[in-house]
Amino acid sequence: MSESRTKRTHEVPEQQPEPQQQPRRTEMRVRPMGPIVPATNVSGHALMCVIAIMSFLACLTLGGVSMVRATAQSWQSQISREITIQIKPDDNLDMEKALADARDLALTFSGATGGNIVDRAATARLLEPWLGEGLDLDELPVPRLVIITIDENNPPDFAAMRKALTEIIPQAFLDDHRTWVDRLVAMANTTAMIGTGVLVLVFSTMVLTVIFATRGALSGNRHIVEVLHFVGAEAGFVASEFQKHFLRISLKGAGAGGLLAAIFFALAGYWQSRTLATPETDQATALFGTFTIGYSGYLGIIAIMIVIAVLTTLTARLTVTRTIYEIDLIRSDPGRTDTYQS
Amino acid sequence: MGPEILRDLTFDIPRRSFQFLTGPSGAGKTTLLRLLFLSLQPTRGLIRMFDRNISSIPREEFPMLRRRVGIVFQDFRLLDHLTTYENVALPLRVRGKDESSYRADVLELLKWVGLGERINVLPPVLSGGEKQRAAIARALIDRPEILLADEPTGNVDPPMARRLLNLFLELNRLGTAVVIATHDLSLMDQVEARRMILSQGRLDIYE
Repeated sequence: MSESRTKRTHEVPEQQPEPQQQPRRTEMRVRPMGPIVPATNVSGHALMCVIAIMSFLACLTLGGVSMVRATAQSWQSQISREITIQIKPDDNLDMEKALADARDLALTFSGATGGNIVDRAATARLLEPWLGEGLDLDELPVPRLVIITIDENNPPDFAAMRKALTEIIPQAFLDDHRTWVDRLVAMANTTAMIGTGVLVLVFSTMVLTVIFATRGALSGNRHIVEVLHFVGAEAGFVASEFQKHFLRISLKGAGAGGLLAAIFFALAGYWQSRTLATPETDQATALFGTFTIGYSGYLGIIAIMIVIAVLTTLTARLTVTRTIYEIDLIRSDPGRTDTYQS
Repeated sequence: MGPEILRDLTFDIPRRSFQFLTGPSGAGKTTLLRLLFLSLQPTRGLIRMFDRNISSIPREEFPMLRRRVGIVFQDFRLLDHLTTYENVALPLRVRGKDESSYRADVLELLKWVGLGERINVLPPVLSGGEKQRAAIARALIDRPEILLADEPTGNVDPPMARRLLNLFLELNRLGTAVVIATHDLSLMDQVEARRMILSQGRLDIYE
């Protein structure tokens, strides 16, 4: 190439264009090669914003749903870790002895890990909201409680325990919280299901938005695809150029959105820890759990960023390939080429 | 299916030949060039290119075949975000060549077409004639076996048109077959060359 061009320059010196007439100047420096796909344009910025917003929302939803699931699980777990033995007072019953006997009996069962008798003061405190302060338990036939902690993975045989208890202490009643646990499990499952549904909806919206925004951004670059195709670029080369460009955009957008979500959770967790023990925070904590998403939450945010990056890149590749296919399709359909007729 | 633009054409473009393709506006010059550039497929008939029937060439092979053909579009099709140098170097860049292997060639060609001082300029700043020359340089940079130019002097004054014509003649002397689509009679009168005249979809050839 160089040899031949040098040759032709020597062969026809009279055909040299105007630079020959100009005085000799120093060699101009070529700027560093620019990217084939323009680095920034309006549609690229818009796509980056869309990706940032969608990844922020997806990360918030993911964090929120994980929090609700964790809280629901903790409700269920806290209740199912304990059972209660309730002993009703009776004239012939030595309550303190009955409480100790009930605890000792319960602890003989495999799966019972500890027993705690709710003492008189604690019982009075439990009843304080209804009966007021200064309650004298001897004046009222108030049942007393023994709380038995159990191994939730290997619970004791409740039926056998109930039978043994009633044989020794007829006034004893074993409450394994089954009704509560069942209701809480149902509620926890419903909450988790709703959360998962919201997550699926947000993720679907994110996927569709990112796909359409990417396609929109690419439509403004169709002329570049055409020129590259016509100067002999292979489809794979064109696709990889656009892929690289859109990967950069998606990483920037998803990174910004994910970072904002992480900062949001960190700030919310910090606020919660600062206002701990106030009634408002306690209520919020009881209902929604703590605003800490932990390592798994941050891994989830990273996973969302990766999903968005892969999605954008894949969409860019498929759209470019499709555009090249359409250009070649026009080739075989002259009815679509009227704009090119001379 | 649109109207039939061309029919009953039989011609060949011999290696190292030089010809003008002319005819009134709407006669089908651009369509014929597009057929030769593989960006259009004939509804019927046979086109053989480099000894192959183009109808039977799979899509995947088009890029390789297009690399043997240089084309100067009527609307230049320069990329506005790339400099003159980068636009001209584009065909080599998409072939995966290293910039250091072609930088000197591109700069030399740019000087040759009179754009040596405009290498870092973006197309929106270039005049019509400069864009035309940049488009021509891009078509020439990889020494195509055949060059198709659609109204290459349409945007330039007569002296520049003469200079561009000399450029094409020089390229032809170096072995490239050249087809210039034009309706500029004064341009054609400057050279004794084959004339292919399209009229009402038919082609008459004057050797």
